[in-house]
Amino acid sequence: MSLKILVPIKRVVDYNVKVRVKADNSGVDLANVKMSMNPFDEIAVEEAVRLKEAGVAAEVVAVTCGVTACQETLRAAMAMGADRAILVETDVELQPLAVAKLLKAVCEKEQPGLVVCGKQAIDDDANQTGQMLAALQGWPQATFASKVVIADSKATVTREVDGGLETIAVTLPAVISTDLRLNEPRYATLPNIMKAKKKPLDVLAAASLGVDIAPRLATRSVNEPPKRSAGIRVGDVAQLVDKLKNEAKVI
Amino acid sequence: MSILVIAEHDNATLKASTRNTLTAALKLGSTVEVLVAGHNCQAAAQAAAVLAGVAKVKVADAASLAEGFAENLAALVVSMAAGYTHILAPATTYGKNFLPRVAALLDVAQISEISAVVDANTFIRPIYAGNALATVESSDGVKVITVRTTAFDAATDGGSAGIESVGAPADLGCTSLVGRELSVSERPELGAAKVIVSGGRGLGNGDNYQQVLAPLADKLGAALGASRAAVDAGFVPNDYQVGQTGKVVAPQLYIAIGISGAIQHLAGMKDSKVIVAINKDADAPIFQVADYGLVGDLFEVVPQLTAAL
Ligand SMILES: Cc1cc2nc3c(=O)[nH]c(=O)nc-3n(C[C@H](O)[C@H](O)[C@H](O)COP(=O)(O)OP(=O)(O)OC[C@H]3O[C@@H](n4cnc5c(N)ncnc54)[C@H](O)[C@@H]3O)c2cc1C
Repeated sequence: MSLKILVPIKRVVDYNVKVRVKADNSGVDLANVKMSMNPFDEIAVEEAVRLKEAGVAAEVVAVTCGVTACQETLRAAMAMGADRAILVETDVELQPLAVAKLLKAVCEKEQPGLVVCGKQAIDDDANQTGQMLAALQGWPQATFASKVVIADSKATVTREVDGGLETIAVTLPAVISTDLRLNEPRYATLPNIMKAKKKPLDVLAAASLGVDIAPRLATRSVNEPPKRSAGIRVGDVAQLVDKLKNEAKVI
Repeated sequence: MSILVIAEHDNATLKASTRNTLTAALKLGSTVEVLVAGHNCQAAAQAAAVLAGVAKVKVADAASLAEGFAENLAALVVSMAAGYTHILAPATTYGKNFLPRVAALLDVAQISEISAVVDANTFIRPIYAGNALATVESSDGVKVITVRTTAFDAATDGGSAGIESVGAPADLGCTSLVGRELSVSERPELGAAKVIVSGGRGLGNGDNYQQVLAPLADKLGAALGASRAAVDAGFVPNDYQVGQTGKVVAPQLYIAIGISGAIQHLAGMKDSKVIVAINKDADAPIFQVADYGLVGDLFEVVPQLTAAL
C-alpha cells in the first residue's frame, strides 16, 4: 500500500504539571515548566506507526507548527516510529484556525491519504484543529476514535460519543482524531531515540506558506478559578449521613 | 441581527444540552432562533418551539441529516449563516464534532466551551483542565461558540415560536453509519443528574463497581460516573468518564469513591455543589476539593452508607 499518513502534533505543558496563573494575569507561567508531546498526539503517532507496521501505511510524517523548540517533540515522534518530520516554524501565537490553515498548506505539498491527530490539546483544550483541517480540505472526519480499521479506501472508525460508541465509515482521504482508548502509546527505546536523531526533519518558515495566521481571539486576562473552601473529615458513615441531610441538605 | 442555536436532539426529543445553550444565547441578545436539523424531526422542532425565549425555529428535515454527521450538518449551517451574529452549539460530543467545521468554513475562530458571557464579543473559557480561566475577545464578524452546559441553567418551556422549514444542501455522501452501541440505562443522564456516584480504580474490577456502587446509586436516584482509570480498565463504558477529556458535570452531590483526584478528573467535577470523597488514602488529592471526606476502605464504608440511607 502507498498510504501516507500525516500526524500533526503539539508541544504542550506536560500533563503532570499543575500550571499557575501569572501574577499580572496575562497568562499562565510557562517558565521552566516541563514540556511534552500532547498525550492525544502520542496516541495519534502510535496509531499511525501501527498502521505502518501492519503494512497498511507506507510512510508516517509528523508535523508541528510553532517555535524552534518544537523540534524536540518531532524527534520524540520519530523515536516512536515516524519516518520523517516537518516543522512549520513561527513565533506567532497560533490558534486552531491558523494551525488548520498551515496544515492545509502542508497537505497540499505532501498529499497524505490520511491525517491522524489528537482530539484536543491539553493546554488550550480547544478540540478544533482536526475538524477545521477536514473542513478546509473538503474531507470527511472521524473524531474521538477508539478503533480504526483501514480497508478499501475507507476508514471504519469507532467513535467515543456521549451516549456510548458510534461506528462510521468515511472515504479517504480523511481526518481521524484520537481518543484515550485507541491504543497505549509505546515508550521510545534508546536505540530508537538515537535513530530518530538521524531521520529527516524539514523546517519550513510559516510565512513561506502564504496563509493568514494572525490570532482572531485576543486574551484579555487569565485568572485562577474560584477556590473551593476546604471541607471537613467525617469520622464515620453516620456522621456523613447526618452532614448530608442536615448541613448540606442534599439528600 | 439574530443569534442561532443549533439544537442537539434525537429527532423525537431535545437533549437537555439544548436548553443550557439557549440560556447562554439569551445572554447575548434577545432574538434567538433554533435550528433543528435531522430527519423526521418535527417532534424535536415542536419541543424547541415551546422553549421560553425562542423567536423562531428553523427545521431542516432531510435523510442526509438523519445521523447528525458533521460534514452535511456543517454545510447546512454555513449555507444559512448570513444574518447571524452568533452561532452556538453545546460543548458535547455532538457540538464539538461539527461546529469547528462551521467556523473553519466561515473563516472565523471557534470559541470553545465558554463558561460565561462577558459581552457580545467577550467570553470566559477554562483552559489547562480548568486550572485557569481565560477571558477572550473575538474580532470575527460572526462568533462561533460551544457552550459548557453545566455553566448555564436549563431554559424552561413557556414559549410559542413559529416553525419555518429550510432546505438542506446536497448530501456530501462521504460518511456512512456502520452501527451504534449506546448505553441504555434507567438512571438519569450523567450530564443532567442531581446526584452522581462515581467510581475509580479503587473498585478493582467491573463486578465490584456494579456490586458496590449500583445499590448506592439506586438509593439516591443517582447517575453513575467513573474516572479514566476505571474506564480504561474496562470496569464501565467510555461514556461514564468524568473529566477534562470526558464529561463535565456539576450535580448537587458528587460522591467520589476510590478516585485519587487527578487534575484531569477534578476538571470534570469540581463545580459540583457538594463533593463527598471516600478513599483509604488520607493524603489523596480528592480530599482537597471534598466538602466531606471519609477515610476508609470503600468495600466496608459504601455498603454501610447504602444501608444507612
Ligand atoms: C490526556 C489525559 C487525559 C485525561 N483525562 C481524564 C479524564 O477526563 N478523567 C479522569 O478521571 N482522568 C483523566 N486522566 C487520567 C488521570 O490523570 C488519572 O490517571 C485518573 O483520573 C486516575 O483515576 P483513579 O483516580 O480512578 O485512579 P488512581 O489514581 O489509581 O486512584 C485510585 C484511588 O483509589 C483509592 N483506593 C484504592 N483501593 C481503595 C479501597 N479499597 N478503598 C478506598 N479507596 C481505595 C486509592 O487510595 C487511590 O486514591 C487523563 C490523563 C491524561 C494524560
